[in-house]
Amino acid sequence: MKTRQLALVIAALAAGASSLVHTSAMAQAKEQFIPVLSYRTGPYAPNGIPIANGIVDYYKLVNARGGINGVKIAFEECETGYDTARSVECYERLKGKNGGAGVVQPWSTGATFAITEKAPADKIPIVTLGYGRSESADGTVFKWNFPLAGNYWVAADALVQAIGQKEGGLAKLKGKKIALVYHDSPFGKESIPMLEERSAQQGFELLKLPVTAPGVEQKATWLQVRQARPDYVILWGFGVMNSTALKEAQATGYPREKMYGVWWSGAEPDVKDVGEGAKGYNSVTLQNSTDYNAKVVKDMLALVYDKGQGTGNREEVGQVLYLRGAMGSMLTVEGIRAAQERFGKGKVMTGEQIRWGLENLNLTQAKLDALGFAGVLRPISTSCADHMGAYWARIHTWDGKAWKFTTDWLQADEQIIKPMVKAAAAKYAAEKKLTPRTPAECQS
Amino acid sequence: MLYRENGQFKTSYRADQQIFPILQDRVMVLLFVAFAIVAVPMLASDYLLRAILIPFVIISLAALGVNILVGYCGQISLGSGAFMAVGAYGAYNVMARIPGMPLIPALLLGGFFAMLFGMFFGLPSLRVKGLYLAVATLAAQFFADWMFLRIKWFTLDNSSGSAAVSNLQIFGYALESDASKYLFCLAFLIVIALGAKNLVRGAIGREWMAIRDMDVAAAVIGIRPMYAKLSAFAVSSFIIGVAGALWGFFYLGAWEPAAFSVDQSFRLLFMVIIGGLGSIAGSFFGAAFIVVLPIALSQALPAIAGLFGAHISTSALSHTELMVFGALIVWFLIVEPHGLARLWSIGKEKLRRWPFPH
Repeated sequence: MKTRQLALVIAALAAGASSLVHTSAMAQAKEQFIPVLSYRTGPYAPNGIPIANGIVDYYKLVNARGGINGVKIAFEECETGYDTARSVECYERLKGKNGGAGVVQPWSTGATFAITEKAPADKIPIVTLGYGRSESADGTVFKWNFPLAGNYWVAADALVQAIGQKEGGLAKLKGKKIALVYHDSPFGKESIPMLEERSAQQGFELLKLPVTAPGVEQKATWLQVRQARPDYVILWGFGVMNSTALKEAQATGYPREKMYGVWWSGAEPDVKDVGEGAKGYNSVTLQNSTDYNAKVVKDMLALVYDKGQGTGNREEVGQVLYLRGAMGSMLTVEGIRAAQERFGKGKVMTGEQIRWGLENLNLTQAKLDALGFAGVLRPISTSCADHMGAYWARIHTWDGKAWKFTTDWLQADEQIIKPMVKAAAAKYAAEKKLTPRTPAECQS
Repeated sequence: MLYRENGQFKTSYRADQQIFPILQDRVMVLLFVAFAIVAVPMLASDYLLRAILIPFVIISLAALGVNILVGYCGQISLGSGAFMAVGAYGAYNVMARIPGMPLIPALLLGGFFAMLFGMFFGLPSLRVKGLYLAVATLAAQFFADWMFLRIKWFTLDNSSGSAAVSNLQIFGYALESDASKYLFCLAFLIVIALGAKNLVRGAIGREWMAIRDMDVAAAVIGIRPMYAKLSAFAVSSFIIGVAGALWGFFYLGAWEPAAFSVDQSFRLLFMVIIGGLGSIAGSFFGAAFIVVLPIALSQALPAIAGLFGAHISTSALSHTELMVFGALIVWFLIVEPHGLARLWSIGKEKLRRWPFPH
């Protein structure tokens, strides 16, 4: 009886203590605080862990290199488990800490939707690297969103182009049948408008096959694939859905060489379990693939891992998702640097100033080389109207052991994407009764 | 000593049948409500309001709805997430399609749609019971998931199938600040909770409980099972629908169907089981346990580790959080299978006799 009461008291105290105790140490002066929303647990952890490692390691690397003009980065991780409600809680928890968050990366479609509604009031820019709302590339409507270096529509268009290339020209796609096996969620459906547009233009038949999340059960889908015999399969999956799809393709006898995945379907965790069975499978990359020889990776090993500061396994540094996380951090940091160049070097920037920096990002090849990202990505430059900054992608192919690039750079067709972004953003603006920014307002 | 009803004589039936017959209870609850209305918005930080109190208030409302169906009427339901989704999308459609639609009627209409949906999916309850009914209501969940993903009309032909709301206002007053949102949700909670309490202690509530305890006997004494069960489904899904609309409008702001997935249904069911079946207060305890405790743990654990000079990584932290949370659920259910509400009433009973227990 006594112990039970004691245990009750302890439980009550533990619950109560949290509201009183502030977990973070006070930020020192000259630190730019950036919250890190990560999912190291839950169904999508295999993807979430390397991304989170990449994000925080890059911040450590920036600090090891001396910060942004002397301003060190302070960051705090918050576990979301890929749950929207928890992500929102994390965002709310961290946004005001240590002098206020300068910029946030949600790393989840659901969280991006929710935070997009909150960020303008909080004046915190949102960086979504190739995910989230495709139409948020229109900076006149989505003032605070930055889907940097390509969105899903760029990925979808690059996939169609790559398939066209394989067939010997886009014109050859006429009369072909392409199946889209997609994650049945807003994430998966982002691909549809673009592919429908292309299907109408090029005259191929688009077969839409939804897979219920999380995608462990795909027998019915692949039966349809077997019946319809599409010439190509575009895989728009996430997490466990990818390896399941590849295994089903193997079981069905569908050639992996004719399967093309979105970038969420093209990393080591997606194919590792299938190994040789996934050989020949292709996936689009919104710029980066695996690169163990990039200078940034070597710097990371030398300056962070050799000092025992690394977050993850040494072997994983340089893999697709790790580099993806690092790239997200790098673009964020460069946004802050651009802001500092205008508002004062060596100062801590506010969310509004960083927003300006992200909007006027101009990453030239020389800058990329200096940062160690040569070959990992192409130059990116953003503007008020274009918050995306690049329309380029490459295809890489799994050779059974590693991802290797198999195409040169493909440029998504701006003539198609820009009007689609414009129209979708205008629709959003009309629903929300927003007035898009005029060129004059862009200057501020 | 302080908490005893000696000397409080009831001289009328009215006085005897109050919600809180003991004076101290009345005072305490009124003080608590006054504290929640007046002091909390002034004292609480933005974070506390936006990330903890608003979701807690909304989820309490949903748990209350589930408790009416599961706790009072004994119909196990796994469709709560679906009812929330119907409420949220219903209110969203009404707001978006009817120009100048005021907010409160839109939310209530969301609840109304959820009520129709709930009654439709409550029909199997006339034939199947217990676990079988749980499976039948699961159909509602999958149907709603399918409906909001596939039928584009519900999401205003949005290509990605997400919904977003903003510029919420009542009577020309914009609900922008966190305090105003919190108060708005709290007002809904108070009004609905009072209504629900009065329903369950009235004739209709007694019918529900009779059905729950033994439906054959209830039918024998003249209670119509169809009427009782469907009315429980109606009231419950109305409340859950309103909660879903509030969740979408005031907490998420923008959402995708996955926000109301089967996980949400399970969580709501666990809330009422842990909080206490057949108890209005239990809904609040359960919601607090499931919504607030994980967040509290995730903040308390690093602090506790910090006391010992240790640093836990984010993943270790969230694994520990899950383990501690799971252990607490098991422990509470062993200590008190009737839920936290029962612990609460045992506590009150002890307090009455304190300091001279016999």
